[in-house]
Amino acid sequence: MTELTKLTMAEARDGLKAKEFTSVELTQAHVEAIESARALNCFVTETAERALEQAKQSDERLQSGQAGPMEGLPVAIKDLFCTEGVQTTASSHILEGFVPQYESTVSANLWRDGAVMLGKTNLDEFAMGSSNETSFFGNVVNPYRRPGDETPLVPGGSSGGSSAAVAARLALGATGTDTGGSIRQPASFTGIVGIKPTYGRCSRWGIVAFASSLDQAGPMTRTVRDAAIMLGSMAGFDPKDSTCVDRPVPNYEASLTGDVRGLKIGVPKEYRLDGMPGEIEALWQKGINWLKAAGAEIVDVSLPHTKYALPAYYIVAPAEASSNLARYDGVKYGLREEGTDIADMYEKTRAAGFGAEVQRRVMIGTYVLSAGYYDAYYLKAQKVRSLIAGDFKKVFETVDAILTPTAPSAAFGAGEKSDDPLSMYLNDVFTVTGNLAGLPGISVPAGVDGQGLPLGLQVVGKPFDEEMVLKIADVIESAADPIAAPQEWWKA
Amino acid sequence: MSVDTETVRRIAHLARIAVKEEALEPMTGELNTILDWVEQLGEVNTEGVEPMTRVVDTQLRWRQDEVTDGGYPERVTKNAPDGDDGFFTVPKVVE
Repeated sequence: MTELTKLTMAEARDGLKAKEFTSVELTQAHVEAIESARALNCFVTETAERALEQAKQSDERLQSGQAGPMEGLPVAIKDLFCTEGVQTTASSHILEGFVPQYESTVSANLWRDGAVMLGKTNLDEFAMGSSNETSFFGNVVNPYRRPGDETPLVPGGSSGGSSAAVAARLALGATGTDTGGSIRQPASFTGIVGIKPTYGRCSRWGIVAFASSLDQAGPMTRTVRDAAIMLGSMAGFDPKDSTCVDRPVPNYEASLTGDVRGLKIGVPKEYRLDGMPGEIEALWQKGINWLKAAGAEIVDVSLPHTKYALPAYYIVAPAEASSNLARYDGVKYGLREEGTDIADMYEKTRAAGFGAEVQRRVMIGTYVLSAGYYDAYYLKAQKVRSLIAGDFKKVFETVDAILTPTAPSAAFGAGEKSDDPLSMYLNDVFTVTGNLAGLPGISVPAGVDGQGLPLGLQVVGKPFDEEMVLKIADVIESAADPIAAPQEWWKA
Repeated sequence: MSVDTETVRRIAHLARIAVKEEALEPMTGELNTILDWVEQLGEVNTEGVEPMTRVVDTQLRWRQDEVTDGGYPERVTKNAPDGDDGFFTVPKVVE
């Protein structure tokens, strides 16, 4: 039955409809794949029993002709989405054992449409990281390795458990969240597709908050079509999130026409970084050539404030995080360390419950918001953010979408960057601008580096133009050589 | 602007994170590395630029000011490390 895990989501959906196999069989195959892949550490919590129970109900609905758009399709949920009755940790010690009494809107939408939950995937603690090395529950290992080299590579972050699980064929798709690149960069590192929709497209309700003006949920899948299917279920208006936008969810699959003739694709010169590997530059050029060959017009554009996006992000995101994470105080949920008085209890709980990177960001955030520094840091960063958003607005007057690399490198080895926060932060240099400006962006696998490791290209679109982003990514996917599935070395 | 260990001690208290005495010095170094790096924003002319206050150009919605949820204290306090009879408990705060 293992071949069922090799199907794309669209193939599995069509196979279920054609009664070639059942959801229980499809789900069982994935449950077994997960059990044999614990060496990758993709999951914080596996929910096999619940998955098989959901699959049984899906089979009944498939039989009675009441199937939803994702009926019977097993997916994984990043452990940042609250799931009723299933532990939700944000990969933090401080939330260990937390069992939500409610369901996040995005995951509820997936269950409404018939999807099956395989488990909760590992992530960087509170989604703060680019390598899945800050999780309290241990590193996630990238299913891809360098040839003849057993060095564990990182799966990217923060949605590293989701990216590794999808790449290793443990789930047909997985949810991710993206605050600075946390869907797109891990997708690039593991040879899969990941889309961060426009801010406001998916509800944030029930997602453990990191930086509320930047966080956005999105799907991680093995093909662009699968991303279109899953986004269609995840997206939609939710009155419980005041920033969630009330507009209809289009049929994203219908946007995959393969026709990009006459579209104008911007290529921003500021994304050519000094010291960027030649392979990334070459891949970018390939992407340009593919789109040209498909009839699109390539336009050189300028996003002059690009250089300042990361420093602005590292003020805005920690500031919002320091406010959001104030709720972890040892009173309402999670860990409590006893203290001599209430302040001592708070301080000891947070010192024991938060890891080093989370503490660092909460400290930075507290500092930049503190009396006397607010104007110099936070207000300044929000002004720079306006300029960055303005750059995009101007460019989108003349182009339909923008093409860039997703990340400045392929997957790196565990431990190679974890001692140097700044070099880690640079992973998000091409993706963070999209969060600051609230724009949709997709990473699509486009090639491999000299060692056979996957590399992605990013397409960024206008607000709420996910259809354009998907359409262009689909054309890139068709033009690129498919990336070989990873060797299943973990099955030893 | 850079911070000294005294400032870091104060920030840690504001952030309600207990930082051990011997950890203050390394943490000061780490924070200064990041603060020095974000300092480059000073190069950007933001004269007359409005700070971003909303990501998507839309008006926040209004709703009726009415109770739409609640009435289940046992679920609200279910995950409390020391919940008691529908209440959260904390160490004594009033002498």
